[in-house]
Amino acid sequence: MANTVNQRVVTPEHLLFEAPRTKAFITGSEAASEAVRRANVDIAIAYPITPQSETMERIGNLFAEGYIRDYYRAEDEVGAFSAISGASRTGVRCMTASSGPGLMRGLETIASWPGHRLPLVFLIMCRVINAPLSIQPDNLELDYMLTSGNILLHGENQQDFFDYTLAGFAISEKCEVTLPVAVAVDGFFVTHARAWVEMPSAELKLPPRDCYSEAVPMIDNENPPVRIARDAPIQKSNFISYQMHAAWQQEIHAAHERSRKWVSRYINGLVEVVNPEAETLIVASGSAVSQSREALRQAEEMGKKVGLIKVKSLRPFPTAELRAACRHAKRIIVPEFNCPGWLNREVRATLYGHSEAKIADGPRVYGGITMPTELILEWLFKSE
Amino acid sequence: MAGVGGQGVVTASHVLSNGVILSGGESTVVPFFGSEKRMAPVESYVRIANGKLYEIGEIIYPNVIVIFHSQVITHGKSYTMPFYSGIKDDSYIFINMPKTAELSRDEERELKEKRAKVFYLPATAIALQHAGTEVATNMAMIGAVSAVLGLPDLASLEKALTERFLGKGIVASGGTASLDKAMEKNFGPKVDLVKKNLAVIKAAAQYATEHGWVSAVTKGGTEQCTK
Repeated sequence: MANTVNQRVVTPEHLLFEAPRTKAFITGSEAASEAVRRANVDIAIAYPITPQSETMERIGNLFAEGYIRDYYRAEDEVGAFSAISGASRTGVRCMTASSGPGLMRGLETIASWPGHRLPLVFLIMCRVINAPLSIQPDNLELDYMLTSGNILLHGENQQDFFDYTLAGFAISEKCEVTLPVAVAVDGFFVTHARAWVEMPSAELKLPPRDCYSEAVPMIDNENPPVRIARDAPIQKSNFISYQMHAAWQQEIHAAHERSRKWVSRYINGLVEVVNPEAETLIVASGSAVSQSREALRQAEEMGKKVGLIKVKSLRPFPTAELRAACRHAKRIIVPEFNCPGWLNREVRATLYGHSEAKIADGPRVYGGITMPTELILEWLFKSE
Repeated sequence: MAGVGGQGVVTASHVLSNGVILSGGESTVVPFFGSEKRMAPVESYVRIANGKLYEIGEIIYPNVIVIFHSQVITHGKSYTMPFYSGIKDDSYIFINMPKTAELSRDEERELKEKRAKVFYLPATAIALQHAGTEVATNMAMIGAVSAVLGLPDLASLEKALTERFLGKGIVASGGTASLDKAMEKNFGPKVDLVKKNLAVIKAAAQYATEHGWVSAVTKGGTEQCTK
């Protein structure tokens, strides 16, 4: 029987970059579950919500096939995200997934993961969170993730979903990092659509989690669960609690800085830059990158040179990379799939004082519609 | 491709798209549905290209519209009116109807301005005649598309169809998986289902040829569609 016992352990570097790959025409949900098949996962924790359900259903099949060791069906998102907190503390490799409203329901627990230094992988299939109700892709929930302390990667397509998920485990469990890694893609556009994905053999898998070499010891008979002891922190005006809180949160910040080199290594840089010499630039993440690539192609047909900066990692944010890539820019647009424009805000804050470029406040689509390349082109050349 | 729940819009789009892949082209599918139930609006977007495809999500400005149910005309494409909203110039519209639809004067005028070619195909009748079930309506629709646009060619479409039923082809949803089982129970083994579906595809292609639709496509028509 095909199962995890028969898979050969290889280094993350080998699995991600060296092992020969074959092409498959699959959905994003399939790509994510194929990554989990090769990730030596101990426990997957599931609670359904569209458009995430299909991925966790497939991962349930992986459990039946023997590729993961346990599969827990939680009672809701608070339950699922609490269960994974417990699982991660015991030193096993664990993953879960959610979408839009489900993520929002469990956000309280998500925000507690980084302080507790819990290595885990959290897949996010973005979906509308605000009214009116919709199941379509809109990535506003990532705005809430930006300040949660989680490492946050934003994949463009099915290939990224496969690669970033595998990379997520490797990044998360590095001693200098010891943080949860969230891997987001836009729902439906990526999860339910098929594309070519190159994957290494399913006979290979990541090494198991090495929980004794992480920053915070896992709970066992010799390591009491001191980080979840609650009495001291909740005492009012307790200066030990303030000190403790400050230390924990500063630890997260420092771990994010230390994670840069690992994120960069495992996903090939925090950004990808196309046409770096162009003075008109697009900065985008997720599905907006794909739409921008097509806009670039059309602009080229019109004889106009446009550059593109794909932001792969939102946390840590590619501050230095973005400043360097935009130094000579004259005009920047930030196409996004959400109403408030969280990436636009990040780009402005990062480039303030570092670029003379005019940064357009858009374009943005929301509620689940895709972004027509026509809209990107219109915004690119609006000022002309 | 737009229709209503239960008509196999998503399945048809996957078969069509896979046919293009098998014939050496590039293609992607984006299915959209709300609550998975019969008669609810469903649409699926198929992109076809010679080179690499970057764009994703729904197609807001389509070159081709395939309408599986007349309700799409009266209710709009997922309630977006008119049903041809966003259509590009020199486009193609395939509609499953036994006769010409009565469109409003504005609709007639706009379609004329867009130089849209509208083909009315009695797809449900063809499905009933050649497969004994209206569930095969979707096959008639892609049969006509294949005949008129050559996207994909008939042989590749046949191969994609076989993969869908006998290989590891994609199953649109859990509901579709149970429908497969029910169909097998009522209409015999999957091999027979493939044969019947293929007969529907061929009959629709023949209908398109006999009605002069194939020659109605201007030279370079398919290139236009892949732009």
